[in-house]
Amino acid sequence: MSDPFAPTGPTGLAEPESAQSRSGGGRDEGFARLEAGLDALDAASRERVPWWRRTLRSALPPVVAILTILLIWDAVVWLKVKPAVVMPGPQDVWNALSSQWTPNDIGSAIYHSIYRGLLGFAVSIVIGTVIGLAIARFRFLRTAFGPILSGLQNLPSVAWVPIAIIWFGITPAAIYMVVLLGAIPSVAIGLVSGLDQVPPLYLRVGRNLGARGLNAVRFVLLPAALPGYVAGLKQGWAFAWRSLMAAELIAVSPALGPGIGQVMEFAREQINMPLAFGTIIIILLIGIGINQLIFAPLERRLLRTRGLTRS
Amino acid sequence: MTATADSPVWPASAPDLSGASGAARPAIRLDGLTKRFGKDRGAPVLDGIDLEVAAGEFVCLLGASGCGKSTMLSLIAGLERPTTGTIEVAGPAGDPASASSAKPGHAALMFQEAALFPWLTASGNVELALRLRGFGRSARKAEAARLLQVVRLDGAADKRVHELSGGMRQRVALARALAQQADVLLMDEPFAALDAITRDVLHDELVSVWQRTGVAVLFVTHNVREAVRLGQRVVLMSSRPGRIARQWHVQIPQPRRIEDADVADLAREITSELHREIERHSTGKPGTENRSNESNSAGQEPVHV
Repeated sequence: MSDPFAPTGPTGLAEPESAQSRSGGGRDEGFARLEAGLDALDAASRERVPWWRRTLRSALPPVVAILTILLIWDAVVWLKVKPAVVMPGPQDVWNALSSQWTPNDIGSAIYHSIYRGLLGFAVSIVIGTVIGLAIARFRFLRTAFGPILSGLQNLPSVAWVPIAIIWFGITPAAIYMVVLLGAIPSVAIGLVSGLDQVPPLYLRVGRNLGARGLNAVRFVLLPAALPGYVAGLKQGWAFAWRSLMAAELIAVSPALGPGIGQVMEFAREQINMPLAFGTIIIILLIGIGINQLIFAPLERRLLRTRGLTRS
Repeated sequence: MTATADSPVWPASAPDLSGASGAARPAIRLDGLTKRFGKDRGAPVLDGIDLEVAAGEFVCLLGASGCGKSTMLSLIAGLERPTTGTIEVAGPAGDPASASSAKPGHAALMFQEAALFPWLTASGNVELALRLRGFGRSARKAEAARLLQVVRLDGAADKRVHELSGGMRQRVALARALAQQADVLLMDEPFAALDAITRDVLHDELVSVWQRTGVAVLFVTHNVREAVRLGQRVVLMSSRPGRIARQWHVQIPQPRRIEDADVADLAREITSELHREIERHSTGKPGTENRSNESNSAGQEPVHV
């Protein structure tokens, strides 16, 4: 067995094989056909859907939903349920946004908020992953800190804002603290549940294949835990984004620079209802956008390759 | 398998060709193997098992629930430790260089579930086994393709696990096991979850792979006919505690069919013996007190012709 994969092996095992295939050639061929037939009957067929139909299928329902909401909104305004001053219509909101839409105002606010959100989220991923790995690995840590972590996830992170402001003043540090406390528990808990759901059989197979230590983590444990982890990341982003908005809304200062929360606060001071509504829509759109651009494709791919969803 | 006719599929164990040292070496040797779980009270799962599987031999391990046959495979595969007794598994034979570098005494293991990793393609699953054995990228691609061809799945290399039928999954798992290049292949009821047609086809496939590779197979099953259809030797185990009750050398030549009269005859004989083993448990006596070995003449192995 010096080199078992050499094209002509040293052991001469090819001999009995060729002898066998000579004697049973016809039978072998029939067997191959039988097996191929079984495979064709059993295997799941991969259906091909044209790209335009796929796009239509996924894009049409949201468009219908948005149009419906706009229609209802317009109808409510038209019926004058509330005075026009406090209940602006879609057209008013659009006008308010487009008139304020300069790089210095809303554009810059959006940029700064997204930047803070993504940075805070990135740091949360790192810290949350380390915490999640530690808790999943060590029983003591899990028993000790698991319930606290779940509790933190339930705690509205806006509750941290006063403490953060007292500790750090109205600074980016205060805002990041709130974002981190909002997102880290979700990331960690997602990873823990992902790891918990890895079938023990995979680990046994991995060990038999020779995956031990770091190799077992890299080739078996992490890929197997990935769906749960990504679900945790997705929720972590949602928490990071809403924590950021809460913090920005409360911690307003010229020293902080612009942000969507500040725009909202400005709208409140001015009693500019169209702008307030417009800001809500922007916050929503960014949340939806990040989800659709990053998490939805990632999740879809994960589930599809593992056969956990239809096409 | 025309493509592999000139190259050995898997020259793992060819003791008669590789030199004098290999000839006497069994693929597996179990000596007084005992396994208890938990505290040392109650009957052991396995009790004093002595078993030898020769290089390249196909042995079927048969028994009712609770006879510890799956535990035995876990022990041989090194996934669990024996309470007492020793386990020897043949390493790569005849080559001192590889014997020192590779882990000696490694046995590839297959389960009732294919247990393929769903985040990898069929080929990716086989490649992972090769990668963990230190194969480079291009070498493992080529080798995986060759191994998939051995189980006639070269057309399905890029398929995801969920796109494969149960039988195809087990064939990929077989290719993955072959990629480990162990001298011993342990199979824990690998076909139990398949439909009868597929199982029948996979019996042919397995025998053909076994004949071409010369690997020793220890095959656990509940199915008496399957055991007779496949094995050169059928080992019947008693339950609670797991002991070897009796064994048969099957001298019906391959290729056998599951519906052959010879196979049916021997299966009937073994089944009645198996039933006797199971009936002992209806008396409520602890199994330790009446070993079937003493009550009937299982000491000499009956040879079926």
